[in-house]
Amino acid sequence: MNKTEMKLKVTPIGNGTVIDHIPAGQALNVLKILGIDKTTEATISVLMNVTSKRSGKKDVVKVEDRELKEEEVNKISLIAPGATINIIRDCRVVEKRTVDMPDLIVGVLRCPNPSCISNTDEPIKSQLIVKSKNPVVLRCVYCEQPIVENIADYLI
Amino acid sequence: MNMFGKRHVLSMREFSRDEIDSVLDLAESLEPYARGGRCEALSGKILALLFFEPSTRTRLSFETAMMRLGGKTLNLGPAEGSAIAKGESLADTIRVIGGYADALVIRHPKEGSARLASQFSPVPVLNAGDGAGHHPTQTLLDLYTIRKESSLDDLKIALVGDLKYGRTVHSLAYALALYGADITLVSPPTLEMPAPIKADLEGKGTMVRETHDLDSVIGEVDVLYVTRIQRERFPDPYEYSKVAKSYRIAPENLVGVRDGLIIMHPLPRVNEIAPEVDETRHALYFKQSFYGVPVRMALLKMLIGDRLE
Repeated sequence: MNKTEMKLKVTPIGNGTVIDHIPAGQALNVLKILGIDKTTEATISVLMNVTSKRSGKKDVVKVEDRELKEEEVNKISLIAPGATINIIRDCRVVEKRTVDMPDLIVGVLRCPNPSCISNTDEPIKSQLIVKSKNPVVLRCVYCEQPIVENIADYLI
Repeated sequence: MNMFGKRHVLSMREFSRDEIDSVLDLAESLEPYARGGRCEALSGKILALLFFEPSTRTRLSFETAMMRLGGKTLNLGPAEGSAIAKGESLADTIRVIGGYADALVIRHPKEGSARLASQFSPVPVLNAGDGAGHHPTQTLLDLYTIRKESSLDDLKIALVGDLKYGRTVHSLAYALALYGADITLVSPPTLEMPAPIKADLEGKGTMVRETHDLDSVIGEVDVLYVTRIQRERFPDPYEYSKVAKSYRIAPENLVGVRDGLIIMHPLPRVNEIAPEVDETRHALYFKQSFYGVPVRMALLKMLIGDRLE
């Protein structure tokens, strides 16, 4: 796909956030992590399996009229560590940054251990410590069980 | 004596070797009081015991430890515990009972429950076993036993039995790695220690070997740490009895062992150690059980005693 075809498919946004270089197939999980669902009023564009020079195929998410905060966006590094964030104002990219995994992931993933107290009705949020960013190794603060693979399966 | 800035005792992962040594040193100095000497170090203090699962040894040992220090205990038995658990969150229970006592001891079937309790408790929390998770006071008393009756330096130890589900062996192995022990894992093939735990131990530079044959290692070790192989882990009763028999310690297995060999067991035992072994000089499990008292006294004194000043 060349640039002209791409433009036909997706209109550039005037103001908001573009999350680029999401691994193909992970766009919907990115929305889930960002808490974007049917109650969100902003216009959202989701592109899946777009041709990418860097990685062959990629997904892109555009959120109009909302500048996502760094700590919100960093959570997507769990499933899209190579994603880039573009903040758009008046049709211009005013800020471009990569995502950086936080040291503690709160309320995003559930612990894979069914016997963990964090999987009960207690008034707490799940908490996972990031032990390693590449490869991703997380450890439950409560039961200390590690999570090393299929991370998207544990999204809350 | 402080607790190195710790407010709670939740997991052995939070202890350095120096910190373990300090607890064991204090336990040693308290041992005469554990045997009945008069001590009022925690007079006027109350320890609440919250057991949401049955326990005999651990609960009574904590109660004894508190009473030997001149303190008093409140008891929430398994029946009341389960009644509360039905309607109220653990977090609320902890907040309420934390208001009645100077420290809480908790045993709960869910892993991570002691950590949760520590987040809501206004007073120190001691983990007395959280499901298949941690049981740090058991590990500390095991280390105390080894230090007193054998040696933690250049130790050669065999961990025998159910190494897959047994929570005591996981945290014990982790702590022994801090002392550079030479560890041999002896279990049936279906009950081997989980790979992530083994990898963790090897990552600490400790020597870990694995075998299914107890007789091949029994003559080479200073400590034999035996755990119970539970019947319910085996769908086939015949298979269970075959395995249980091959890991049973009887006097005839002890021919040719080291003079100073000590045999430990977290108890209760079922058939893992023949009663005839009890009469040999190697049997240390009842003494090990007693050592739970001075070790728990040391922890209570460190956690509650300091808060007096």
